[in-house]
Amino acid sequence: MNANTEVREAALMRANFDEVLHALRTVLPEHCILAREEQMRPYECDGLSLFRELPLVVVLPETEAQVQGVLRACQRLNLPVVTRGAGTGLSGGALPHAQGVLLGMSKFNRIKSVDPICATAVVEPGVRNLAVSEAVAQYGLYYAPDPSSQIACTIGGNVAENSGGVHCLKYGLTIHNVLKARVITLDGEILELGSESPDAPGPDLLSAFIGSEGMLGVVTEVTLRLLPKPALAKVIMASFDHVETAGQAVAAVIAAGIIPAGLEMMDQRATEMVEPFVKAGYDTSAKAILLCESDGTEVEVAEEIARMTDVFEGVGATRIQVSETEAERMRFWAGRKNAFPAAGRVSPDYYCMDGTIPRRHLAKVLHAIELMETTYGLRCANVFHAGDGNLHPLILFDSNIESEVERAEAFGAAILELCVEVGGTITGEHGVGMEKINQMCVQFGRDELDIFLSVKRSFDPDGLLNPEKVIPTLARCAEYGKMHVHGGKLPFVDIPRF
Amino acid sequence: MDYILSRMSEQVTAARANFRPIEIVGGGTKRFYGNPPPESTGQEALQLQMSTLTGVVNYQPSELVLTAWAGTPLSDIEATLAEQNQMMAFDPPSFGSGATIGGAIAAGLSGPLSFGYGPLRHYVLGTQLLDAQGRILKFGGEVMKNVAGYDVSRLLTGSMGMFGAIVQVSIKVMPKPLVDQTLCFECDEQQALALCETLRSKTWPVKAAAWLPADSGEGGQLALRLCGAQSAVKQASEVLGGQAMDETSANAWWAAFRDQRPPFFAQQPLWRLAVKARTPALNIGPTAFDLGGEVRWVQAQVQPSVIRQMASDAGGHATLFRWDHVQQTPPDGVFQPLDRATMAVIKRLKEELDPKSIFNVGRLVAGI
Repeated sequence: MNANTEVREAALMRANFDEVLHALRTVLPEHCILAREEQMRPYECDGLSLFRELPLVVVLPETEAQVQGVLRACQRLNLPVVTRGAGTGLSGGALPHAQGVLLGMSKFNRIKSVDPICATAVVEPGVRNLAVSEAVAQYGLYYAPDPSSQIACTIGGNVAENSGGVHCLKYGLTIHNVLKARVITLDGEILELGSESPDAPGPDLLSAFIGSEGMLGVVTEVTLRLLPKPALAKVIMASFDHVETAGQAVAAVIAAGIIPAGLEMMDQRATEMVEPFVKAGYDTSAKAILLCESDGTEVEVAEEIARMTDVFEGVGATRIQVSETEAERMRFWAGRKNAFPAAGRVSPDYYCMDGTIPRRHLAKVLHAIELMETTYGLRCANVFHAGDGNLHPLILFDSNIESEVERAEAFGAAILELCVEVGGTITGEHGVGMEKINQMCVQFGRDELDIFLSVKRSFDPDGLLNPEKVIPTLARCAEYGKMHVHGGKLPFVDIPRF
Repeated sequence: MDYILSRMSEQVTAARANFRPIEIVGGGTKRFYGNPPPESTGQEALQLQMSTLTGVVNYQPSELVLTAWAGTPLSDIEATLAEQNQMMAFDPPSFGSGATIGGAIAAGLSGPLSFGYGPLRHYVLGTQLLDAQGRILKFGGEVMKNVAGYDVSRLLTGSMGMFGAIVQVSIKVMPKPLVDQTLCFECDEQQALALCETLRSKTWPVKAAAWLPADSGEGGQLALRLCGAQSAVKQASEVLGGQAMDETSANAWWAAFRDQRPPFFAQQPLWRLAVKARTPALNIGPTAFDLGGEVRWVQAQVQPSVIRQMASDAGGHATLFRWDHVQQTPPDGVFQPLDRATMAVIKRLKEELDPKSIFNVGRLVAGI
């Protein structure tokens, strides 16, 4: 078995720029190639602006044949390829490679067909997440995964990251709502993964592909499962005077056999941060609030809201408010969905983490995060997809103060390692990308990482698709492990971690 | 358990050293499923017995997660879950007593409730794999959301042991519905398909929809299973009509259908066609359907190429599910052959994960 070897570090000689341009011009019209610095600047980073890099060249193909042409050219010239959707990712997954091609899929923006009776839609990868729901609303349908960035993020990016959202407790992640994907491999071959029927023959490559962060192939078409839009939704806002009690309320509601359409928690620092900005009507005197949504027919919602209210009161909620109108429901959610911009308002910079934990360890983890605030001398607000244990601690810092950047990164790393320690994971929905590659060494042993490399090689034997991300090399882990011995604080954080 | 695992690990490394094929065996209830082993291996296959690996390792009802050793019988897991009023929503079939959770995950078959709740692969959160090097590897975990690394757990789901033996699994479990009501309709296949056609686009809580032909061959019975809140089930039943079945006979009907106990399923060869919704009646032989018509069970004496073409025209694929083993298996296997590009990826995966090709050779993908 050759899995003990590293993925082939593509023997990257500095590519001859003219040769690259020439090769791309044979497969793409001139207006699809951006090669001047001012044209490429907007592509230097994604939603994680801590990492920036200019690619060799940016290409924006318009047809599948052009994508095949670009990939074949890259294979021939041994050029790394980084695929990009809207660039809203939060883990640096779309960070360009300095010696590579940035493949922007934004022109693949057509909804090809909608089948309102089977409740499916065939879309191109550059279609925005929210645009799908808007287009199918006329049939009483919608696309369930709703990441906070849904106004901008694309379906292709969602497939790459296996995106979730506030409603995925009941309606699932991207993987639960994608039936089929058409994928181009580096050698220009077309893979049809999944099926419009309930399953596909052979091993389930679609599931391995979703969430693979652009490392296995380039999506050119996705078939989505749509869901009928519930007639009504209402949300309960419940206040608690301890974070622990709020955690107990979450467990109690699920133990009562209820799967809420959404179940979110915000701690006091988060509500205090959001309230002046959004005026959502949050109870800022509470230590934690829960937003708990019920959807369905009118009677069904009334029944479920009553059961949820009973549970919350039983656990000791200090205040319960149910949205009376759709406008009020939207306002309650607006606060949660705008937590990140609100963080940007109260602090010059923020760093959003994404660990998932078994929910029973919530109190312990939040308490540990509180202690870390002192250790690292930074504030941290917590918003939390409570129903499925996905934490989003927002570390507030100022990038103009050099030491704060270092401390924010170390703080973030410490939180992720704590998540792994209690049996969770370093990323629930944002992906590993460039950002959490070191923590992969903490979560996985070398043997598991080798299997990931095997999967990578099976789809991409040349190792050119989004190279050097997600799966750390043996050397990186060894180095990180060594650093780790020195008390959990990263020395030399100013050395680029690539 | 460590002792059992290390012994299994030794068995695998010994077999691997001798290029001896391994057949992974759980409860042995699904041995009929998949391609028969290749004849020319020369060595008798080693049976890797999973049935000693039993027991629920961790169950957190309020976190909707259960972890069990692969050899744990499905019936034990059902009983454990029922104590907390929870269930496996993917409704795994067990063709006989002794079916195990590991076998269910490896075979990747879902039951009637997967129409509304989603297929088995949606519920797999984590696995531990005994690989060809005799290592125990851990993928995924016990949390609902996890995107660290590739989703190897789901790649193993339905892989029929071709990449190694699943020794432990973590699954998402679901609360049982407040109300579980089955409605019956006497109708023929076309009428049944017409009724099911609109279910995907309606908010009705229909979680299962299956049709079984009458033994006489004339007409049949469509069953719709509505699971949800009292009011939602009531409202939908009023619109749908049909005859309400009492809970005991409904449970018995669904379990029998899922586990293929009605006489219809005894006829061979039995094909399973997965097709997209709204595929009209195929008219190639006696048919029953599940998942609102998206799975057709067909008794058909036709050329595999004909039935496969029919399935792919309908956006899906055909599997020769049960057949007379005296009769020859199609030379390219019981499953729909894969296209060249997909096959290239799968071959490389097999070479990477099981380089000497010892695990369940050819069972899922003919030849590898």
